[in-house]
Amino acid sequence: MSILVNKHTRVICQGITGKAGAFHTKGCKEYAPTMVGGVTPGKGGETVEGLPVFDTVAEAVEKTGANASMIFVPAAFTADAILEAIDGGIDVICAITEGVPVLDMVRVYDLVRRSNSVLVGPNCPGVITPGECKIGIMPGYIHKPGKVGIMSRSGTLTYEAVWQTTNLGLGQSTCVGLGGDPIVGTNYIDLFRRYEDDPQTEAILMIGEIGGTAEEEAAAYVKEHISKPVAAFIAGRTAPPGRRMGHAGAIISGGKGTAAEKVAALKDAGIEVADSPADMGQAVARAMAKRRK
Amino acid sequence: MKIHEYQAKDLFRKAGVAVLKGKVAATPDEAAAAFSELAGPLAVVKSQIHAGGRGKGTTKENSQQRGVQLVRSAEEAKKVAGNLLGKTLVTIQTGPEGKTVNRVFVEEGCKIARELYLGIVLDRAAAKPVLMVSSEGGVEIEKVAAETPHLIHKEHFDPHVGLAPYQVRKLCYKLGITGASVSSAEKFMRALCRMYVQLDCSLVEINPLVVTEAGELVALDGKISFDDNALFRHKDLAELRDLSEEDPAEVRASNTGLSYVKLDGTIGCLVNGAGLAMSTMDIIKLHGGEPANFLDVGGGANEQQVTEAFRIILSDPHVKAVLVNIFGGIARCTTIASAIVAASKAVGFKVPLVVRLEGTEVEEGKKILRESGVKLITADDLTDAAKKVVAAAK
Repeated sequence: MSILVNKHTRVICQGITGKAGAFHTKGCKEYAPTMVGGVTPGKGGETVEGLPVFDTVAEAVEKTGANASMIFVPAAFTADAILEAIDGGIDVICAITEGVPVLDMVRVYDLVRRSNSVLVGPNCPGVITPGECKIGIMPGYIHKPGKVGIMSRSGTLTYEAVWQTTNLGLGQSTCVGLGGDPIVGTNYIDLFRRYEDDPQTEAILMIGEIGGTAEEEAAAYVKEHISKPVAAFIAGRTAPPGRRMGHAGAIISGGKGTAAEKVAALKDAGIEVADSPADMGQAVARAMAKRRK
Repeated sequence: MKIHEYQAKDLFRKAGVAVLKGKVAATPDEAAAAFSELAGPLAVVKSQIHAGGRGKGTTKENSQQRGVQLVRSAEEAKKVAGNLLGKTLVTIQTGPEGKTVNRVFVEEGCKIARELYLGIVLDRAAAKPVLMVSSEGGVEIEKVAAETPHLIHKEHFDPHVGLAPYQVRKLCYKLGITGASVSSAEKFMRALCRMYVQLDCSLVEINPLVVTEAGELVALDGKISFDDNALFRHKDLAELRDLSEEDPAEVRASNTGLSYVKLDGTIGCLVNGAGLAMSTMDIIKLHGGEPANFLDVGGGANEQQVTEAFRIILSDPHVKAVLVNIFGGIARCTTIASAIVAASKAVGFKVPLVVRLEGTEVEEGKKILRESGVKLITADDLTDAAKKVVAAAK
């Protein structure tokens, strides 16, 4: 088992004929045989990496049985691509595109949440169930099928955590990059719920960062509802207040969203907190060992 | 992207949000002419910088000269403008180095009955913009939020629907706004929320928002920030950018597609990904060093971007060592390695360089570095990299 995606998932790429779309379609196809096609309006009938290209998501779903999508269209068209994927009946939508205007996401957010689809991102690395299905831009080889569910607002920091848990022999059940934007389709709590119900996931690692209150809300949820061992790391402990650090989300304003507040909330919920980004894998191991006692 | 008060008020006026008459001036003579043109008994001369707290701030050159001053004649307007223009204004928001005043805004006075606060921001948790108002105008809103949060009243609005009239009435009731002022508030607040959506703002703040003795709501101040990701569809707004307000290195970085924030330490950082970049700063600090910057080369970093990134980092004279920390995903280690080699030829590294590569095409990347002969210290993991760069910077 795993969450969101597995070896039976059938993935299309929206924006498959673009440079990034084609490159990462190749990467995903080489990792696992779950890529089945792509969509670019006006380029139906072509092929990319041996996969058929369709004009619309609806047609791609009809012809390939796709149930997951990886979005690589330019930022200005991302909200539209998300709506098209929902309309096409796609179950899991990963929007990789960065730089989406935040009000575009505000406009579609309620529709996304009311739909039967799960949106991951935008501005995210994607979702991977090691050994089964890769949707996104993460380097496949650092992953190893295993026990830890990993979720994060940051892409490369997720790779760091994956690499550490792989080197410790723990491996991962499913890794999800939530995205670094202020408004994203899936939050920590959505995934905690799924990881808790997934028999393969034995421990959960949450990688947060300064800004907002999502980590505090997740901590409160863990305290009430999660029985599995949980570890966490918060990036940006040394970031100066009021400065935007690349991620639109990562900004401390009005004294809210500081690392200290987040760490206190996590510890209060019994979560094992890594003090250093090099300690994320070990923090998971400690959380698991504690639970065994 | 931030803009100046006079630019914000121009946008307010176009959106149907009430403002006072005013004119921007770049010289003392223009300020005097502006006073005469406004033809009132008094006016306010306001320094135009991208920072708040101007009324209480003073110039470095003259500790008696505040950033905002009431004047009663063209002569006085000229004198005050002369005291401000070209001078450095230090406020609680500028930091001790202050900001140079290149323009002043000369604005007519008005009879104030009440001072309120108004702000519109994105509420991430609700995934909607939120209008916030408070009876505590003219003071630091962060302080109000921390000490008396019940005095801040909020209404979320949907970008499709806008702020509904009943929401304005709710707010008015809480603020004690009654009678004819309610319809003034309705026009004012709804127009402002509409503008927030139409112009893809990320923040609109009016502090103080005043109720005049005649019962009208008027924006006495105005602050707007725009969503940088949406500027592509607002070419006219992009022209309002004032580069002189921004750190030159940060401007250079953003022109190259890099995200750079200058800090005070001695260890330059070049990292891919914002989260990893923040964590790299954290781990440097954990091992006793101080980061000189935040720098995210982004997902699709190419040779030219990495070379420019090195130029920017090395242009900071405080940098004593540089840490390159790359976990390749979209960005390939080979691209970064080739870029390091090219940058060493183009820029030349006069300080120790510690490199930690992992991820996509890592072995090929390491090989490129090994065979290039570029002098560098390699690191195997994050902790190793942090320890080595902290030692190298000592």
